[in-house]
Amino acid sequence: MTMDRRSLLKGVAAAGAGAAVTALPLEASTPKPEIPADAFGMLYDATLCIGCRACVTACKEANAMPGNLYNPPEDLSGDTKNIIKVWHRDQADQSYMKAQCMHCLDPACVRACMIGSFQKREFGIVTWDPTKCIGCRYCQVACPFTIPKFQWEKAMPKIVKCELCNHRINDETGKPMPACCEVCPKEAVISGDYRELLAEAQRRIDEHPERYYPAGAPKIYGAEDGGGTQVLYLAGVDFENLGLPDLGSEPAGISAATIQHTIYKGFVAPVALYGILGAVMWRNRRSGKEEE
Amino acid sequence: MARRDLWETPSMEPVGEGVDRRDFTKVCLMAAAAVGLSNSAGLKMAEAAEQGLKPSVIWLHFQECTGCTESLLRTSAPGLAELILDLISLDYHETLFAAAGHQIEEVLHQTMEANAGKYILVVEGAIPTKDGGIYCQIAGRTAMDILQDVASKAGAIISIGSCASWGGIPSAAPNPTGAVGAPEILPDKTIVTIPGCPANPYNFLGTVLQYATFGTLPALDDKGRPMFAYGRTIHEHCPRRAHFDAGRFARVYGDEGHRLGYCLYALGCKGPETHANCSVAHFNEIPGAWPIGIGHPCFGCTEQGVGFTKFVHEAATLPDGAHPPIEPEHGPTNAGWYGVAGLAAGAVIGAGMMASKKIADAGEEESS
Repeated sequence: MTMDRRSLLKGVAAAGAGAAVTALPLEASTPKPEIPADAFGMLYDATLCIGCRACVTACKEANAMPGNLYNPPEDLSGDTKNIIKVWHRDQADQSYMKAQCMHCLDPACVRACMIGSFQKREFGIVTWDPTKCIGCRYCQVACPFTIPKFQWEKAMPKIVKCELCNHRINDETGKPMPACCEVCPKEAVISGDYRELLAEAQRRIDEHPERYYPAGAPKIYGAEDGGGTQVLYLAGVDFENLGLPDLGSEPAGISAATIQHTIYKGFVAPVALYGILGAVMWRNRRSGKEEE
Repeated sequence: MARRDLWETPSMEPVGEGVDRRDFTKVCLMAAAAVGLSNSAGLKMAEAAEQGLKPSVIWLHFQECTGCTESLLRTSAPGLAELILDLISLDYHETLFAAAGHQIEEVLHQTMEANAGKYILVVEGAIPTKDGGIYCQIAGRTAMDILQDVASKAGAIISIGSCASWGGIPSAAPNPTGAVGAPEILPDKTIVTIPGCPANPYNFLGTVLQYATFGTLPALDDKGRPMFAYGRTIHEHCPRRAHFDAGRFARVYGDEGHRLGYCLYALGCKGPETHANCSVAHFNEIPGAWPIGIGHPCFGCTEQGVGFTKFVHEAATLPDGAHPPIEPEHGPTNAGWYGVAGLAAGAVIGAGMMASKKIADAGEEESS
């Protein structure tokens, strides 16, 4: 090996400094994310869902995903963007749950994506750009809902997650037509303008406050959680039972950025790491000299 | 049986009269085949009947619509005439007997005495218990009294229909007469329950003919239902099941999916929680003659707590395991795998140290 030790250390230091500089302005960003003017989303009402999985099939068809339901998927995966799961304490006390990308207003995946492959693009839809992705899968680690999936079995893998059927644009309205919302027989999942969906969710709560969780003051999950998500949930049971974590109102993107920035704060951790490596090298070198 | 016979109104002529041995054996074989017994069972049935060993049957009606009897009247293999004239001896049946009043009451008592411990008691209809059971009385006795009395000397007891099995329609909320099924009145007896509204007559015939021929009862589940008919749910053998699995549903009555014969689950089909064999044994040999066959969701008539309890449009409870849990288990996560991961991490660290040593050595060589 002919690499000069000095040049290696220099390169690493430069890269680290660059990261620290680019990271700094992020921490100062506003805690209340902006809602895109054309924000499009979905509203899933778990109290209406009957678990038929028509949406799972429709999603696979609309996105040309392989697999059939005679061998139904167990979880989101490299060929499943949308899934119906069940939580139950007993037969009477149960709830279905539709899992797919939440399209956060301040997405952690976008913050974590070092190369800008993940972006909030048209309609506020969080999309993945295959031409930029380098396959680091930081998005998978960053997402608080563990939504992005990686095609582990493929030679040319992709990151797979719901993109709100942004390839199916309605000619008349000019808006996406999520396949899952089209086929739902109970209208348990509907799509539309984000602000209208918020109003609709509130209307349902006002109409049947007894139906929704928590009793007394029903909540729209996603109105505030993680800084707000463009996919909203109503349910009759605790959202945490449905795999929707209690994120508080801090934007998910800020949380992810804070973790990363804490690690790199003052550049202490990288310097310490390379310091240890340097010490090991120095020790090895000295013991080599002694042998001579 | 010739195909055209399926569509003809079953003859009500008493074919049992004057038939020769050959024809009679044929009837028995057909009866055995129709209810899923083997040919040898049919022959044994014929032998037993020839020797005059026809089992005596007492049929009691309580709170019900007689729909179970009506559907039994329309069976054709065996037809009703063969059944009651050749295969069993129907000694007391309030819908079918010709006599009335004191005369028939006398027959009931005579039959009970003559066949004590051997006769088959068939119960059709729920039994009212409220206010001392006064809401259903025959010959001055309450249904509870009659059932206790006749059951005490019966060889076998069969509850036909949901009413007699668990209460059925009369027990639906608010249940003004306190109606219950026969098993609740006779908790100590083995009662074969053939729920359904009406019960599929072949499930009843199979049970009766097995008892008549072999003196045994079919294997029963914890609710007294014969396993051969009620061992599985409608959903498990539904001809529309593939549409359920593939996520193709009729969304409203008359829509495209409904016309194409898609799954009726979203319209409230109770098939996933209803135990019965309707999906494989259609009613009275008319292909497709059962609710789902004609495009209506199963409403769970055989199942207590479903039929006449849940609304037709209400979604059924799917069985456990139909959906993945919120956090499915992913691959092996036991201690052994953590050990393997630890070894791999150690190898990486070791390799890193060696690499750093090599870089250091290389630097040394260059500088020297």
